[in-house]
Amino acid sequence: MERASADALEAEPDGFFDILEERRRDSDIKHALRTFNPQPYRGATPTSASALNRMVLESQYLSYIIQEIALESDEPHEVILEEASSILEEMGQNLQLGFIRLLGFIMSKVFKSLFRSIRVNQDGLTRLQQAIQEYPVILMPNHRSYVDFLVVSYIMFTYDLSIPVIAAGIPLMGMKLIGEIFRRSGAFFIRRAIGSDKLYWAVLSEYVRTIVRTGFAPVEFYVEGLRSRTLKSLTPKLGMMNMVLEPFFKGEVFDISLVPISISYDRVLENSLLAHELLGVPKPKETTGGLLKARTVLKEDYGCMHVYFGSPMSVRDLVKGKMNHKQYNLVPRDLPMKPNKETQEFVSGLAHMMVRLQEKNVVQSPWNLMAFIVLQNLQGIDFNQLTHRTLWLKRLALRFGAHLNWPKHISDSEVMSSSIMLHHSVVCCERGRVNLVEEAGPGPVSQEEAVFRRAAAVLMCASYRNQALHVFNRPAMVAITMTTAANNRTDDLFRRFNFLLELFSNEFVFIPGQVVQDFEEGCSLLQQSGIIGCSNKEVYVRDDSQETVAFLRAILQPLIESYQVVFRFLCEESSLIFREKNFLPSVRSFIMKLLISGEVHSYECLSSDVQKNVLSALLRMAAVTKTKVDEQNEFTVNKAAVKRIWDLLNGEMTPRISSDARL
Amino acid sequence: MIYEYISVKVFCIITSRAGREERRSAVRVTRRVCNLYLTSLHEQRCRPLTSDSKHGSSMASNSSSSNAQHRLRIISGHLQKRPEDESTGITAQECKAETPKSTPSRLTPVPKRRQEIMKWNGWGYSDSRFFFNKIGQAEFTGKRYRLSGLILPSLKDWFEGTFGANLQHKSPATPTLNLSAVAPPNLNEPFIEELKAVGVAMSHDPEDRVFRAHGHCLHEIFALREGRIGRVPDMVVWPSCHKDVEKIVELACKHNTCLIPYGGGTSVSSALECPHEETRSIVSLDTSQMNRILWIDEKNLTAHVEAGIIGQDLERQLNESGYCTGHEPDSMEFSSLGGWVATRASGMKKNIYGNIEDLVVHIKMVTPRGVIEKSCLGPRMSTGPDIHHFILGSEGTLGVVTEVTMKIRPIPEYQKYGSVVFPNFQQGVACLREVARQRCAPASIRLMDNEQFQFGHALKPQVSSIFTSFLDGLKKFYITKFKGFDPHHLCVATLLFEGDRGKVLQHEKQVYDIAAKFGGLAAGEDNGQRGYMLTFVIAYLRDLGMDYYVIGESFETSVPWDRVLDLCRNVKERIVLECKERGVQFPPLSTCRVTQTYDAGACVYFYFAFNYRGLSDPVHVYEQVEHAAREEILANGGSLSHHHGVGKLRKEWMKESVSVVGLGMLKSVKEYIDPKNIFGNRNLL
Repeated sequence: MERASADALEAEPDGFFDILEERRRDSDIKHALRTFNPQPYRGATPTSASALNRMVLESQYLSYIIQEIALESDEPHEVILEEASSILEEMGQNLQLGFIRLLGFIMSKVFKSLFRSIRVNQDGLTRLQQAIQEYPVILMPNHRSYVDFLVVSYIMFTYDLSIPVIAAGIPLMGMKLIGEIFRRSGAFFIRRAIGSDKLYWAVLSEYVRTIVRTGFAPVEFYVEGLRSRTLKSLTPKLGMMNMVLEPFFKGEVFDISLVPISISYDRVLENSLLAHELLGVPKPKETTGGLLKARTVLKEDYGCMHVYFGSPMSVRDLVKGKMNHKQYNLVPRDLPMKPNKETQEFVSGLAHMMVRLQEKNVVQSPWNLMAFIVLQNLQGIDFNQLTHRTLWLKRLALRFGAHLNWPKHISDSEVMSSSIMLHHSVVCCERGRVNLVEEAGPGPVSQEEAVFRRAAAVLMCASYRNQALHVFNRPAMVAITMTTAANNRTDDLFRRFNFLLELFSNEFVFIPGQVVQDFEEGCSLLQQSGIIGCSNKEVYVRDDSQETVAFLRAILQPLIESYQVVFRFLCEESSLIFREKNFLPSVRSFIMKLLISGEVHSYECLSSDVQKNVLSALLRMAAVTKTKVDEQNEFTVNKAAVKRIWDLLNGEMTPRISSDARL
Repeated sequence: MIYEYISVKVFCIITSRAGREERRSAVRVTRRVCNLYLTSLHEQRCRPLTSDSKHGSSMASNSSSSNAQHRLRIISGHLQKRPEDESTGITAQECKAETPKSTPSRLTPVPKRRQEIMKWNGWGYSDSRFFFNKIGQAEFTGKRYRLSGLILPSLKDWFEGTFGANLQHKSPATPTLNLSAVAPPNLNEPFIEELKAVGVAMSHDPEDRVFRAHGHCLHEIFALREGRIGRVPDMVVWPSCHKDVEKIVELACKHNTCLIPYGGGTSVSSALECPHEETRSIVSLDTSQMNRILWIDEKNLTAHVEAGIIGQDLERQLNESGYCTGHEPDSMEFSSLGGWVATRASGMKKNIYGNIEDLVVHIKMVTPRGVIEKSCLGPRMSTGPDIHHFILGSEGTLGVVTEVTMKIRPIPEYQKYGSVVFPNFQQGVACLREVARQRCAPASIRLMDNEQFQFGHALKPQVSSIFTSFLDGLKKFYITKFKGFDPHHLCVATLLFEGDRGKVLQHEKQVYDIAAKFGGLAAGEDNGQRGYMLTFVIAYLRDLGMDYYVIGESFETSVPWDRVLDLCRNVKERIVLECKERGVQFPPLSTCRVTQTYDAGACVYFYFAFNYRGLSDPVHVYEQVEHAAREEILANGGSLSHHHGVGKLRKEWMKESVSVVGLGMLKSVKEYIDPKNIFGNRNLL
């Protein structure tokens, strides 16, 4: 039987190859039944799924926790152990090769009908193959679509790499049959909002640690925690990250390799669903029935999918000089203990770095750039103009280091028109003009409905822009900080940059404590591209680049407007206290009114994502405080503080700088 | 009570009167006298191992005492004929201040000119060394050891395969010491004048000085082989008793010279290196001539011994009286009692006899402030912090240990080696942990990892009969095929049982039963014994490696049980990784073994060696890797040292190891005892 191995494949010149190509030529059954013989981690001790569960239940760590809980709750040990056992049962994966084969078969069919190609970088697979044998590997893909789930397993099955176990949300498990198939394909299920459930937390963390410690299989999890609704990267969650790293911190494994994986789609399946969700339409529950109904999506063309396997990062290398392992030397190995500040900072920095790497590697399509232009021309734009502007943006993006997949063998206008064709649900080209497509609905349309439909179209388009936003966000933020004055002092710019970064730290992923580097990165990108010039602690915009700066500012304009409008809402609201569940509806109707009246222009203000982010930013900046009343979160607004932040954002005041962030 | 006195006294008188030849009969007489007062049980225990074993044909008993005998013969074999000539550079006089009751039993002293029987640039005796003969087979020369004169057919393949070394690529040592490379001595004349008047033996012969300028760290031996000589002591003095030492220290204080005590010279912590910044005259104080057992107290089972005695002499002489200390560090052929005390040594059989700190009852040390000692021989005291613990591990920074009273035991009736094969190292460690939990560790229990197991196999001598090789094949088949042990994972524990026969057999069964629970299979006495032999020849093997571009060393640590496996794996991996990063062409040998078990943890020993062809500064690479390995040990919860000590090699980690306050405490003791830094070897602090 022929064996496909990663290095035997013929890659395209850019290092990618299409894994579906062989599937189209060859039988899927044969593929599903291929000899699967991966090179495992050399330190692995072969363990069955049930043995793994037993190890967790018998672990010293869990027995410490159970003891603690027994003391607190007065429940007998056996009951708690029983409970732990059932948690484990609910959670545990049950990886079986047979199901991987079954899934492989199904997925071959599905992928072939959905995508023109699934392009994977060959060197990434070769590196991964190496890394898997050396140390426990953690696969960290970004999460943009339900399709992400299992695509990594599919690729690994195809190229003879150990099948990973995957941390999944519990809703997936609820799906009849599918849940079980997923479980047997290596998924383990985690409840949302574990919060203070000590036992659950303990079982989960011991489970994950045991998998890493024994080298049972590569672990795959989404460091962003959930699917990004906006397709922007999300601030990483640290829970899983801590769990997978702890065996290394305690010296139970020599090293751990973290592999960032960047998945991107020409066209995201859930695009419209996501936009509606952001506008407050609840997402459909994950059910098998729903999945079957969603079959219709299979008929559509979703273009190409890119999976980029980044270089494995050695945690041992990264931790050098940042952490002292000796904190673990004076306490029993398995004693539950909170990581110290140093460790927490390291883990957080590392998690942020992984997201940055995902961003850096993610493959952009021409459409991602077109979306920028379309969004700045919502009234419609001439096709040639669009082409012209996009090509201009392409040059800028490449200078800013974008990882762009621009088809080489066809003309630029063909690239443009085929992108528009592919995204016919978002834009259309009529008589040489490109316009957003608004959903057609039955009957007469109310003003609000019209706004809503417009907003849905804008948000769909925005999500494609968001996939490339990280390329521009630092230079754009620097551009925002520059006033109209001819010269700007660098330290003034930095002060404003620092403020924006703090305010927008839920919008973009910044590595904590690296504001100076972020600022310098933004400035140097602008400088290298000839947009700004620097002289003696001052920065000026080059004459021929005013337009570029204006463009960069315009990228962030919807965001700024969204923040301003939420600030305005909070300041104009008569009561100082509101409940969490009331926040989104009232802010939404407030913005809706302003959109109708024309006082607010950006439809992106309606995105619940940004509204929530404003609230967290204010919480972080202590302009809003959160209290718990009757099991519900209540927020108290400090209007003066909100007003001050608002003014700062408007540039009417100069921010004071905190002592820990100086240029 | 009076009887007890008599017994000791009679013994002393008899020994003091007895001539060299009659000594043995004198001992017997003594014992007979003693036995009047001791129980009859004693007789059985005292049966000296030198008497012929008349045990039956059972393999166990056969090998037990005969092996024990053999071992003793190995260790004592070299001591038979030793010229006692005095060379011209040395003046020597009998000690004038002896304990009146006894006469020195100076049968086989270490000569003052040690270089005449020992290598000046390598380990051990000049007549014992490994070499590859014309047809590429390894041989071990001499007559001293079990391996002496034997051919080791598989060593070459192992050596070439493990290190990527090649017998064509030689890196021979400078054959003789180039005397002109030795700087002329910086002598403190007034000090010498006064010392001469006292009559202490001394020398400033370059060979004597070079010999005492180093221990056995890799960098020290490597430099010698290349003929590079750094700072060496300016002179050597040989006190012959406590009073001599008092005089020397007094004069050193008076004339402000630097003293560096020198015992067996087996340090592996750069402890004997002369500090570069030292401008005073450096005097190496060689304790080797203070080597008498001053008395044996059979009532309390203690012996009072001069601290310069080396391990094998102490053991052999006590054996002649039917006793032993049971303290057998791997270096016991050469290391001295005073050195053990000064470095907190640990012996292979500590499970029965204890480590040095458990063995000493009384210590006498000469310091610049005077003599420090306790006033009685009480077995335990509550008199504030134990002053012995300022001395134990002081590494020659506070003074010279001159006399030690230590516990002795009757020679055990029965000794038996054993070995157990485990499917993997994890199982082996789990078994040792269980043995420690049940507190039933044999005299010695050691667990070698797979690499060391293979190394041990490479040292198998040529098999004499087809039958033996057939048996070996059968054994291998049974373990690997029938029991399914992977030859690349299995590892072996070596065991040594001691005591009376019945109990040993019972004990043995208990240990093998535990081993069986962890998948262990008994693998015979021979494997066990070979494991222990390895300890004595490994240092010779390093010299062989150095002839062929291979350098290496061992280092050790102690660690809690739950971290043993992680520490072993991580340190071994770290070594491999660091070698790779530093351009070592071939993967290094990076192997470990668990050599001691305690209630709360274990002692782990690492061997590390690599082929240095293509490296411009191999010693530097070696040191960087060892440094990284130590960092790794500390990060994994291991200690800075279990028994090698700190010396100058590991000084940088002392502060974090014992805390700032702890270090200050030690410094203040040094400040009080030796304000002028007479004992200026600059170890430890």
